[in-house]
Amino acid sequence: MSGNGAAPERGVGRPVDTAGGISLLRRLWRAARQLPDGAASGPVHPVLRLYVRWVRRPLLPAMRLWRRNIQLRVVATTLLMSLGVVLLLGVVVIGQVRNGLLEAKRHASQSQAEGGFKAARDAADTVSDSRGGGGQDGSQSGGRDTGAWLTGLVQQLASGGQGVYHVVALSSGGGDTSAVGARGPRASGDLDPEHSIPVDLRKQLDLKTGALERSASIKHSAADEGEPALVVGKRMYGPDGKAYQLYYLFPYTQEEKSLKLVKGTLLTAGVFVVVLLGAIAWLVVRQIVTPVRMAASISERLAAGVLQERMKVTGEDDIARLGEAFNKMAQNLQVKIQQLEQLSRMQRRFVSDVSHELRTPLTTVRMAAEVIHEAREDFDPVTARSAELLYGQVDRFESLLADLLEISRFDAGAAALEAEPVDLRDVVHRVVDGALPLAERKGTKLIVTGGEQPVVAEADSRRVERVLRNLVVNAVEHGEGRDVVVRLAAAGGAVAVAVRDYGVGLKPGEATRVFNRFWRADPARARTTGGTGLGLSIAVEDARLHGGWLQAWGEPGGGSQFRLTLPRTAGDTLRGSPIPLEPDDSRRNRGMNEAGVPLAVSGRGGATAVPPAPPGPSPVPAQTRATPTVDLTALPGSGARVVPRPGGTPFDKAERPEKASGAAGSETGGEGRTEARTEREGQARGR
Amino acid sequence: MKGRVLVVDDDTALAEMLGIVLRGEGFEPSFVADGDKALAAFREAKPDLVLLDLMLPGRDGIEVCRLIRAESGVPIVMLTAKSDTVDVVVGLESGADDYIIKPFKPKELVARIRARLRRSEEPAPEQLTIGDLVIDVAGHSVKREGQSIALTPLEFDLLVALARKPWQVFTREVLLEQVWGYRHAADTRLVNVHVQRLRSKVEKDPERPEIVVTVRGVGYKAGPS
Repeated sequence: MSGNGAAPERGVGRPVDTAGGISLLRRLWRAARQLPDGAASGPVHPVLRLYVRWVRRPLLPAMRLWRRNIQLRVVATTLLMSLGVVLLLGVVVIGQVRNGLLEAKRHASQSQAEGGFKAARDAADTVSDSRGGGGQDGSQSGGRDTGAWLTGLVQQLASGGQGVYHVVALSSGGGDTSAVGARGPRASGDLDPEHSIPVDLRKQLDLKTGALERSASIKHSAADEGEPALVVGKRMYGPDGKAYQLYYLFPYTQEEKSLKLVKGTLLTAGVFVVVLLGAIAWLVVRQIVTPVRMAASISERLAAGVLQERMKVTGEDDIARLGEAFNKMAQNLQVKIQQLEQLSRMQRRFVSDVSHELRTPLTTVRMAAEVIHEAREDFDPVTARSAELLYGQVDRFESLLADLLEISRFDAGAAALEAEPVDLRDVVHRVVDGALPLAERKGTKLIVTGGEQPVVAEADSRRVERVLRNLVVNAVEHGEGRDVVVRLAAAGGAVAVAVRDYGVGLKPGEATRVFNRFWRADPARARTTGGTGLGLSIAVEDARLHGGWLQAWGEPGGGSQFRLTLPRTAGDTLRGSPIPLEPDDSRRNRGMNEAGVPLAVSGRGGATAVPPAPPGPSPVPAQTRATPTVDLTALPGSGARVVPRPGGTPFDKAERPEKASGAAGSETGGEGRTEARTEREGQARGR
Repeated sequence: MKGRVLVVDDDTALAEMLGIVLRGEGFEPSFVADGDKALAAFREAKPDLVLLDLMLPGRDGIEVCRLIRAESGVPIVMLTAKSDTVDVVVGLESGADDYIIKPFKPKELVARIRARLRRSEEPAPEQLTIGDLVIDVAGHSVKREGQSIALTPLEFDLLVALARKPWQVFTREVLLEQVWGYRHAADTRLVNVHVQRLRSKVEKDPERPEIVVTVRGVGYKAGPS
């Protein structure tokens, strides 16, 4: 299976045998490579891509193995490369052996043939000398004699060969077949002289006098395939003075046998070498890969938290050094993590102890303060006022301490979620009921919308109530007596509660900073409200504990909206919120600029500023959208710089990207108005 | 109204302050600062209610609570600085009826104490049945087939509250208000722990309750008679 991981894909393009075959193949290959990333940059035809995908699918497991298994890759590469080397070696060696054998054969044949030709000439000379004395015997008997002589010569010459070579005598002058008796072809053995000798050799022999050699094949009949042989031929003259052609044929039988043997030996050796090299590569790579794999699996377990995992170290080689270094690293990691865990435990313990140690005296102080406070009517005015201050500040001290402890509990990771199905409507109603006294003091009307259907989520009602109480109380405190709208919605896997106020709002960039610990809009400003500055930080932690979001939106002078989004099922990941973060009645969504002039006049921005309909079941009813009893945009000093996207969270940007154009369109307020900001904006939103 | 309160607390300043507040509200406080001496002091003083700090030298508050509960059903209110779930639940499981987290307001403390003592006012004679239990409200007794079952006053109140309206499902908040006397929503863990304690005493099989039935997502109701 080695090596078939990559090769088959190349084969995809192979049937395409056109001129552009190579480039097509390359494109195919490139497309195939890009497919998994889904980022094909080149213009690949979709049908082609489909085809490639279809072809690739069955190969994916093999490719995966190929990509992931270095041992397989190394072994396959070694096999391929050693195969190539062995093939090359084989070709070279066989070529050399063949050349050597042929050369030796030629030398031997030439000397053999020379001897034969000499013997034939001598024989012819002998006969003609003896015949010269006898005079003219008559031509017909002379012809017969020559034929017999030739036959005898061939037999005589061939008798020395014993099958190592054959001798053929042919008439000179080409197609002289009429003199079959005297000049007919003669051959030793049973070979077919007419077909064994190449025609062009015969023609050349007629023209030249020297010996010629040529490769040919010996045929025993016309249909015979023949066996390869070396033919050496020469034009000779018979006793009658007429020319004939004498050929020696040396078959390559012996040489073929030797070559076959060499080939067989080389093949066997090559197969052995390739297989052995593969095995060696496998073994060598195994030695390296096994510790690496062990290190990988142990790293994985370390990462999973099994800190006491260690590598097995044997010997002193590089692998052992790797193992030692690895183990040292793991050891240090374990020590550090344990230290951190201990620190965390100590921190938690410390928080717990501080909690107890501070709370007991605070209880005493508080009770004492209350007793003194109760009796303040009997004191002189200075002492009475002091008692009042003491009483109030003890309260504040206590809530500050409680918030600090809560925050440090989050920091220590000691906060636990006790989630159960909660109908957020109940929570909202409890919170609104609790905030009613404060709202009445401020002259604020609390409106709840979207509570027609149950809004159930798995949540920790104590924490959710704390978050919502914080948001509602903040909204009332900063709402400047205008209405506060609490909106509920559920959609998809999420539920959301948004608290909208129409108060001082938030300056650009404050939408994220409000969640910072002890954050105040204006540090120079004295606090009037009794907040600890930790409320929203705790609320964010509470939301995060649920896997939810707490986000803020605001525009200067246009109020703000805080939105809590929770997953319907505890532990789920949120993808969006049923309520848009920026409310529908924001200045931009109503197509107003900062001065309250409708943007439609300028003909731009109006269309893009319309928000998408919220996926929630119930958008804010019309009467609540018109809730603000005062037209906010007509307020003096409400003009300020453009409201940017609340520098909030990335998902909101993703949620409603089209808002950017709306923001650009509303840039008519102009920088000139920036100075017109009133102290209204400066008012602290300390939360 | 009887008003003997035993304050078990090692912090002398707090104990003294508690004494001042309690006396101001007409209770008769007595004090003990050591967990080891708490039981002896309890037997001697025979209080109507125990205010118990969870962290004490010697025996800790949990242990003292268990010992007192072993010999008396007198209401126990824990004082704790730790509002973490585990501490509170352990305290409640050891037998405390209620808990109050430091720092508390004096009025809040007094309200809790009064709520615990309120039930000592004479109830009208009333006979209730719940499941196979017979409850004599005036006689403060619960019987199954003539066999008496010992319950603390709080557990008895809880059972009576459920048995009086067997058709009604009580949310934890409603039970907190009716049994514990909380006006505002408080920690519903109180209800959970005490329902479990009650079940362990009155149910034949606490794993499959028949007397106090859980209504998922809502609360509890009395089982069918």
